[in-house]
Amino acid sequence: MRPLSALLVSRWGPILTGALIGVLAAVLVKLGNPGNMGICVACFSRDIAGALGLHRAEVVQYIRPEIVGFVLGAVIAALAFGEFRPRAGSAPVIRFLLGGFSVVGALIFLGCPWRAYLRLSGGDLNAIPGILGLIGGILLGLVFLRRGFSLGRNHPVPAPVGWVMPVLALGQLALVMFAPQFGKDAEGNPVGPVFFSKTGPGSQHAPLLISLAVGIIVGFLAQRSRFCTVGAIRDAVLLKDSHLLNGVVALVFAALVANLALGQFKLGFEDQPVAHAQSLWNFAGMVLSGLAFTLAGGCPGRQIFLSGEGDSDAAIFSIGMVVGAGFAHNFSLASSPAGASPFAAMAVLLGLAFCCVVGLTMRE
Amino acid sequence: MDERTIVDARGLSCPQPAFMTKKALDEAGSGCVQVLVDNAASRDNVSRLVTKTGWRVTVEEQDGGVFCLICEK
Repeated sequence: MRPLSALLVSRWGPILTGALIGVLAAVLVKLGNPGNMGICVACFSRDIAGALGLHRAEVVQYIRPEIVGFVLGAVIAALAFGEFRPRAGSAPVIRFLLGGFSVVGALIFLGCPWRAYLRLSGGDLNAIPGILGLIGGILLGLVFLRRGFSLGRNHPVPAPVGWVMPVLALGQLALVMFAPQFGKDAEGNPVGPVFFSKTGPGSQHAPLLISLAVGIIVGFLAQRSRFCTVGAIRDAVLLKDSHLLNGVVALVFAALVANLALGQFKLGFEDQPVAHAQSLWNFAGMVLSGLAFTLAGGCPGRQIFLSGEGDSDAAIFSIGMVVGAGFAHNFSLASSPAGASPFAAMAVLLGLAFCCVVGLTMRE
Repeated sequence: MDERTIVDARGLSCPQPAFMTKKALDEAGSGCVQVLVDNAASRDNVSRLVTKTGWRVTVEEQDGGVFCLICEK
């Protein structure tokens, strides 16, 4: 374990983690996940929200075991390496809303930063305006950071606070494995409490145990190596440090090679899986997303890994992502392959306004 | 007179510990800067940054999971 630990905290850590994520994500698609969606924290938050009835979009309902695995893998790594530290207190309600808005933005693009890079590796050129938007959002976040923005300090708290997220993850695993059903209504539609899509992206998934195993492996490696797709750009610009960026580059190349090998590469803008070609909205959605992640201190994956370490502020952000995904569908804010919804502009403007107020007013 | 600058980054999220350290090192130019963090990720991030900018860093583990990074040039 020690040699692995040393490797993961070295300069090779993010590279190894990114490369493995790229390959495993491509394999998950081959085994049944939607196209270019081996791992997408925003999409998976949406699917979990649907499975739990927080929205009723029938095509996106499934408790994604990858997310459960992320939390569990991070817990295992944190405990193994003595980094499980329950903590709380850094503007949690602001982080909850940042989580919500980050996913609203991501669902306009139809992907979180992880999926943006995976879409690029699958030949989906619509990822380019998305990634440019992500960079733009991060740069805007850095403006606030340089002006003294801070969500404040966390502090150590009793153990139960840190264990909430791991227990919730296990609860979700139980729900997806045992699939409790209360029957059907008069029209023959399932009434829950846990929903499973019969068609659409929610019905497309790799075998449960494989998804879970991949999530655990990724969660373990990413916790230790501090892999973060937003930190990658943030640190390169702010600190001239490419440590995390190397990991993202490794992810893109590894996924590209894997997609080519698996016959999953299709170059172009049109007819890409679970994607639309409206560059303006791909860009704008990710500006909002990138800004929200930057203000919260990390990408959606990193927030989940931190929640597995006992960081309850990151846990609140992660829960905000699921709730935000529910709102995104109930309020028709999310895009579809046909394009952005008529409310996308309002959603982006409201989200940016919130993030800018937070960025300008929150100081330590 | 104690010429040490102390950067207290305990409880702060990425990238603040590294960013505050960078600012302190740039302002100091040389001498001794002490950085306090309370998690391993910040410890590793700050150490890496400090080493890259040509300062020497030694890490002392204190009570309560706090790390004191002593940066000298």
